[in-house]
Amino acid sequence: MAKAQSKSLFTADLVVPAIKASFLKLDPRELVRNPVMFVTAAVALLMTILLVIGQDQLAVAFKAQLAVWLWLTVLFGTFAEALAEGRGKAQAASLRATKAELVAKRLKGDGRDHDDVPASQLRVGDIVLVETGDLIPSDGDVVSGVASVNEAAITGESAPVIREAGGDRSAVTAGTRVISDEIRVRVTVEPGKGFLDRMIALVEGAERQKTPNEVALTILLVGLTIIFLIAVGTIPGFASYAGGSIPVAILAALLITLIPTTIAALLSAIGIAGMDRLVRFNVLAKSGRAVEAAGDIDVLLLDKTGTITIGDRQASEFRSVGGTSDAELAEAALLASLADETPEGRSIVVLARERYGLYRAMPVDAEVIPFTAQTRVSGLRYGETLIQKGAVDSILRANDGSGTTAAATELRRITDEIARAGGTPLAVAKDGRLLGAIFLKDVVKAGIRERFGELRTMGIRTVMITGDNPLTAAAIAAEAGVDDFLAQATPEDKLALIRKEQSGGKLVAMCGDGTNDAPALAQADVGVAMNTGTQAAREAGNMVDLDSDPTKLIEVVGLGKQLLMTRGALTTFSVANDVAKYFAIIPAMFVALYPGLGVLNVMGLATPESAILSAIIFNAIIIPLLVPLALKGVAYRPMAAGPLLARNLALYGLGGLLAPFIGIKIIDLVVGGLGLA
Amino acid sequence: MTFQGWFLILLFVGILLALTRPVGLWLHALYEGRRTPLHVVLGPVERGFYRLSGIDPTVEQGWRRYAIHMLLFNTALLMLTYAVLRLQGVLPGNPQGLAGLSPDLAFNTAISFTTNTNWQSYGGEGTMSNLSQMLGLTIHNFLSAATGIALAFALFRGFARREAKAIGNFWADVTRITLYLLLPICIAYTLFLIASGVPQTLAGAVDVSTLEGARQSILLGPVASQEAIKMLGTNGGGFFNANSAHPFENPSALINFVQMLSIFAIGFGLTWTFGKAVGNTRQGWAILAAMVMLFLAGVTVTYAQEAAGNPILHSLGVAGGNMEGKEVRFGIAASALFSVVTTAASCGAVNAMLDSFTPLGGLIPLFNMQLGEVVIGGVGAGIYGFLLFAILAVFVAGLMVGRTPEYVGKKIEAREVKLAVLAIAVLPLVILGFAALSSVVQPGLAGPLNKGPHGFSEILYAFTSAVGNNGSAFAGLTANTPYYNALLGVAMWFGRFFVIVPMLAIAGSLAAKKYTPESAGSFPTTGGLWVGLLVGIILILGGLTFLPSLALGPIADHLSMIRGQLF
Repeated sequence: MAKAQSKSLFTADLVVPAIKASFLKLDPRELVRNPVMFVTAAVALLMTILLVIGQDQLAVAFKAQLAVWLWLTVLFGTFAEALAEGRGKAQAASLRATKAELVAKRLKGDGRDHDDVPASQLRVGDIVLVETGDLIPSDGDVVSGVASVNEAAITGESAPVIREAGGDRSAVTAGTRVISDEIRVRVTVEPGKGFLDRMIALVEGAERQKTPNEVALTILLVGLTIIFLIAVGTIPGFASYAGGSIPVAILAALLITLIPTTIAALLSAIGIAGMDRLVRFNVLAKSGRAVEAAGDIDVLLLDKTGTITIGDRQASEFRSVGGTSDAELAEAALLASLADETPEGRSIVVLARERYGLYRAMPVDAEVIPFTAQTRVSGLRYGETLIQKGAVDSILRANDGSGTTAAATELRRITDEIARAGGTPLAVAKDGRLLGAIFLKDVVKAGIRERFGELRTMGIRTVMITGDNPLTAAAIAAEAGVDDFLAQATPEDKLALIRKEQSGGKLVAMCGDGTNDAPALAQADVGVAMNTGTQAAREAGNMVDLDSDPTKLIEVVGLGKQLLMTRGALTTFSVANDVAKYFAIIPAMFVALYPGLGVLNVMGLATPESAILSAIIFNAIIIPLLVPLALKGVAYRPMAAGPLLARNLALYGLGGLLAPFIGIKIIDLVVGGLGLA
Repeated sequence: MTFQGWFLILLFVGILLALTRPVGLWLHALYEGRRTPLHVVLGPVERGFYRLSGIDPTVEQGWRRYAIHMLLFNTALLMLTYAVLRLQGVLPGNPQGLAGLSPDLAFNTAISFTTNTNWQSYGGEGTMSNLSQMLGLTIHNFLSAATGIALAFALFRGFARREAKAIGNFWADVTRITLYLLLPICIAYTLFLIASGVPQTLAGAVDVSTLEGARQSILLGPVASQEAIKMLGTNGGGFFNANSAHPFENPSALINFVQMLSIFAIGFGLTWTFGKAVGNTRQGWAILAAMVMLFLAGVTVTYAQEAAGNPILHSLGVAGGNMEGKEVRFGIAASALFSVVTTAASCGAVNAMLDSFTPLGGLIPLFNMQLGEVVIGGVGAGIYGFLLFAILAVFVAGLMVGRTPEYVGKKIEAREVKLAVLAIAVLPLVILGFAALSSVVQPGLAGPLNKGPHGFSEILYAFTSAVGNNGSAFAGLTANTPYYNALLGVAMWFGRFFVIVPMLAIAGSLAAKKYTPESAGSFPTTGGLWVGLLVGIILILGGLTFLPSLALGPIADHLSMIRGQLF
């Protein structure tokens, strides 16, 4: 997650606008979205009014300081939110600039001439021409042509990607630049609804809606505020029984220290920063809900290729049959692969060289037989010789119709062995004679087994999805350490598996790119679509990975968990803080009524005024002190819930209990030293 | 403190822990509506009830219907009791010829018994006829207890069921609990009490000549039968004014011990039933562990304070613990234990005068109730109240494991949090609100016997006891006034039903949810960490809410005592 932590939080270009914005956010219409901070602002206003017209024995300087610190409490909260929004705003501004300059070459009915129109006038179904150097004006599908496209504006990745008509690489995104060739693109979205618009809205936080957990937490915070309003609001009655009265300013101060201002001030900043972390990680979540769901994931469906194994299979062995020697097989395989530019083909050449020291140039009269999906066989013909290489069934059919010869039986045995060992067999025949099989091995990514182990301790099951046969799949699954696998998986199988897991109460995450992945992406609780994928896939998923790296699914889960943990940790911290604040204010408030209550002043705070002021100051400055934690998120390490809870409870629960005792004491010493109260 | 004292306390807890599983198993059979050995005898009776009332026990109800039927049933019983109490003078079964109750006292008493509070603004022997005791009051002792347990069952079903609409049938639950649990135990219990010397008669008073030759009228009545359900159903309303300090209600140390056991027995058992219902009895044990920790902490404080006694008396040469207001046949340990038991469970029976306890000794009973009567608690009410706190605890800390909080396989979301907060906020609102009001208005200020923080404690205790549906009295407060009768009546109603309705809504909402299977990533709700967390959350929430009031009441009282001032 190195990418996510590149930029410092407190740079002038972020802090200065945030300070300005924190004042603008004092608008009551905006404040009311955060009820706890709204109450705080109302109390700060009350304190300001009391300062002017108040009829009590309190010193004006004391009340003035209380008023200032109450306003600062509110401002620290709005500052935290503004700072969290800041980075997104800067990014949104540059995206907006890109969007403003988009012009489309809209093709006329004849399909040859075109008008230049602003991109905002395009409608679904329009066909536009995009030539070398042009920005693609709208999201759409390539209907003809092939082009290399620089998508850096969206992904930050400057290496160009190929976009072509048909297949799974047909989707293009507005704002990206064609750097060679030309394509015709059919517009698939209405203006203002494209990927670029969504991204702007997202990074800017304009459409930010509270996520389910955030809503629930807000309710809890409001509930606590009401309970503390009751607790504080009834004190005058009790005090009057004891024959005294408590100044309103003191009650107001007590209320603010008790209500959960810390978490309330940081709550929206935590949410924005969580989304922002994801954006900087080059994953776009279409809603905050999706990010939270990521934290709740129980089952991860991972495609084998590219996620668990490196994309390409490597030849690892030659296994001959009949009287053929392994070297003879290797030579035939080498010749058959000379023209094969696929990674598999190249690996065969390399293996033959390394294992048998074979070097062969292409024979002069050679004729290459290319691989086709129908024959599933490729090869080389030179002179009278024909070498064939391909799928076992196809080779057998072409060379030994009955498949009952000794060589055929042996070949079948060997290929079964290869499959069982997690490999893919390729059969080789020369002039109608079966020579043997090449063992193509799936190479499991380094470190992936440990990752799955971590996921297991976190209670997350991993399921490998592969088109391989069950034997091969089982072998790779065992090697990679996944918990389960789905072999010979069709898109329907995937969808059925997701539904089955979900009916058992599990939350499922998957990633995909093809059009046929779309139903499963939509069904999954977290569906991460690859940016290189089709428009359908990108529409169906609730996240888009701009880097198109399926392994990131694992990190996305981590980011979701980190977001929830940060919220929980700061809530716990905030509530635990109250204990110390009580010990500061209760004796200060009541000592005049019952001098004996002075013993509750366990911190030994200098005077009642100083105690109250110190508690209010602590309550205010803890907010900016926690801003870095809120924005960066709490330290996250994959582990089981039990130890994780123990660790966080000790850190934020116990820490939250003890920290304010120390903090308030220190502030009291400073307040006393400066003669502030 | 003495070895015998601690032995008594630990023996008490030990016996209850041994009883937990058997009682829980029995309750679980009723929870599931399974056949029990008693069905041979009582099955026809149960079916007879259903036939007479036209109820089909197999038709289950959603939470709204369950709540409405429960409310209608309780309101009807409330009105019946109100009528009986008002008309007492003209009704039979009144050997002493007592007059009907005043409207405010009848209002207060009817609510009090309907809500399982059994707050008594009156002295039983001089106010209630035998008919009123049996028809007006004892009926509630059974049915309010059965209602509480039924409600707990409804919430258990909410946790246990998956994507279900219904949470049980209120009528079937109440009928089964009364028939197969409360009645049989009470019959045996009553016989045991009678054998131990507790009176059971429909006759009025017995006139005797005392040793000095004076004539004394000794009141008798159907005491044993009422005593049994008073304890078992955590009701606590005494036949006599002196309640369980009266030798006819609580004649010996042994009976005292058995009575304490019977207050807690069902509460302990229900935690096991909960665990069983949600498919993991360790869930139940975890809850019980948290409850027992809170309970033992309370016992320790009260026992230590009472055993230490009053320093002012010590300085006057009176050595020893605080025996003021305690019965000699029980002593300090059993009195301290009883007072914590009765306030931890929302029983409210008293065998010693709490008003005479040391300030901190008396703070624990008060704080037990302020926590929401969730330390074991009233039958049913204790565990459903506790589960509300568990929901909040899971929510506050659950996010820290990086998942949407879950409890026993159910996700805790906005709706549950909202309802739990609503239910829990009722307590401080009514307790503190009414106590503050009574601290400033004249009819309120007329109540307390004592001045200063002690007098304030008396007011605070009364409203806390009412809202917690405990019913124990700190004594000292003159509560039989229209003002206190009305306010306490309202407080009891709020304390019961304004918790129940949101709680049932939670049950309905949980029942409709999918089950989320537990995994290594789930928030752990069985181990020691969870128990500690529960205790912490309950203490912090309760403590923060009530600390100002406690500071001005018992804590100020205590600190003044140390400085040589009594109130």
